[in-house]
Amino acid sequence: MKHKTFFWFILPSLAAMFVFIAMPLVSVVVQSLHVEHEQIMVVTENCGPFGCTEQTSVDAEATAKLREEKPLGRFNGLGTYFDRGHLATSEVAAAWQARSSLGDFFSRLYNLPLYKAIAFTLTYTFLVTPLVIGLGLMIALGVNRVTPALKGPTIFVSLLPMIVTPLIGSLILFWMIDAQGIIGKTLQWIFDDPDLSLKASPTLTWITLFVYGVWHSAPFAFVVFYAGLQSVSHETLEAARIDGASRWQQVRYVVIPHLMPLAIFISLIQLMDNFRVFEPIIGFSAEANAPSLSIIVYNDLKGDVIRFNSAAATSVLTVIGVTILLAPVLLRTWRDFKGKVV
Amino acid sequence: MSSKVNKTPRGLFILSTGFVLLWIVIASFPFLWTLWGSFKVQGDFFSKADWRYALWGTRTMVETGGAFTGAGYYGAWVQEEFWRAALNTGIVVIFTVVISLTLGTLGGYALARSGYRYAFWLLMIALVFRAMPHITLVSGYLLPFFQWNLWGHLPTSIIVLVAINQPFTLWMLHSFFLNIPKDLDESAKVDGCTQFQAFRHVIIPVMWPGVITTGLFSFLLAYNDFAVTSMLLSESNRTMVPAIAGFLGSTFEEGNVMFAVAAVVSATAPLFVLVLFFQRQIVSGLTAGAVKG
Repeated sequence: MKHKTFFWFILPSLAAMFVFIAMPLVSVVVQSLHVEHEQIMVVTENCGPFGCTEQTSVDAEATAKLREEKPLGRFNGLGTYFDRGHLATSEVAAAWQARSSLGDFFSRLYNLPLYKAIAFTLTYTFLVTPLVIGLGLMIALGVNRVTPALKGPTIFVSLLPMIVTPLIGSLILFWMIDAQGIIGKTLQWIFDDPDLSLKASPTLTWITLFVYGVWHSAPFAFVVFYAGLQSVSHETLEAARIDGASRWQQVRYVVIPHLMPLAIFISLIQLMDNFRVFEPIIGFSAEANAPSLSIIVYNDLKGDVIRFNSAAATSVLTVIGVTILLAPVLLRTWRDFKGKVV
Repeated sequence: MSSKVNKTPRGLFILSTGFVLLWIVIASFPFLWTLWGSFKVQGDFFSKADWRYALWGTRTMVETGGAFTGAGYYGAWVQEEFWRAALNTGIVVIFTVVISLTLGTLGGYALARSGYRYAFWLLMIALVFRAMPHITLVSGYLLPFFQWNLWGHLPTSIIVLVAINQPFTLWMLHSFFLNIPKDLDESAKVDGCTQFQAFRHVIIPVMWPGVITTGLFSFLLAYNDFAVTSMLLSESNRTMVPAIAGFLGSTFEEGNVMFAVAAVVSATAPLFVLVLFFQRQIVSGLTAGAVKG
């Protein structure tokens, strides 16, 4: 295809991505370097019978006007990045000085909002992703063995948790695990503890979110693996069997290597999606115990006073995180591509 | 798998059937339970006394006289005007799907037919864009949109959703177009067509399966979105998902939580129908990217 034709074909799509994905990223960087204008102070002199006193007060009108005119605020450099709400360098340094052990240092770190969010986001990403792959593979292997009559309905039902709006799916589960809901009641009965509530403790909240994440994403892994299973070579399996491979060995040495590229594909998609975990936390009302990076951006934007600079700084840090996460994949694809060209 | 050697032993068969049945229950029970419970009163759905109240509707009998009540649906759709949100969702979803498919088809076709290095780089950039958390993009939009008075309107959300959708649409349609033999449009060009005419008369008639599958996923993205619609739409223009979140935020009191339950069931129903009719396309779409690698 000629360069010119290519250009006209791709232009609308490229323009949309440039204006609404690339430009916002620039806008986020610019916003993160600015901070709201300081309040304008005026000094008035009050003269009474006992002499004059100088009084400093906030000129609310002028402040509002200035903020109205220049909503971006004043230039602040990297100040926002290092404040307490973000990288909190001075707090981290203080925590390192005052540490009694490494564990103590991490628990101090955990009290800082950004580090708490990073801790949850990374735990969620790197716990849910392998669990999704494992459960998906198990369901796929199971469905491959059952009577054909059961296969269609299983696939139909499996698609539901994946396709349902994340916020809605998490609300449905949230109502069920309520202390007065069916799962909540059942758990109270199993553990014989009438006060048991999954919402109360941070650990249980985290576990609930992980369970939701696996429930929501396992169908995706299942469907992809199931499609992959249909193309496992029968000759290879037959050969393995003749060589005396047990059922487990057949799965381990024939089926799993065959599905490996699919597993890599699933983990790539899952890493991207789990890193931006957002809606389930809203659905489970778990912002306090389990904030993710997306959640702290959302809270900055949703509060009574919108803190653009703070949200922007967190966003930039998140984008850097995503890039680091994707770097190995991009490098690999680049090497493959270069290999093909040469 | 008909050969005798291959026959699954009985124990394994029972084990896998049991496991699959367990999974079916795990996957479907929450939906059935919520659907059933949405016709009860709150006293049954969240039962202080006995969870079985929800099955028989004990409190519902006492409060309304029947075992089922549509009070939640009435409250949500009529009293809280959920129909407005449903209408907004309809508008946003239809326009998002149509526009993203139009742009995506042109772009995906170009990417599939260009062997140059920049096509590869565009795909890589699209992959990075796809990984961007939506809320970080929203935090970039908010201030300029306030400034230019673009905030709060449906068209703004539509165009933003189209853009966010583009990377995925491009990837998917790109791989579908790779499957359409190059010879088709090459021969049309030999016969004197321009590239666009070849696309118009030769490719468009055969591309529909791929476009429909991609359209389903664009639909899901627009329909399920919370980050963009909740931040960029004013209250009167809200779509269903932010509206449901709104029910919870403002009105968590006796009876009103049932509005949210009814709204949740209402919003899930179209998705259920979608899976019912397009199961095959959804499955093929999920696997399309994977098989290509």
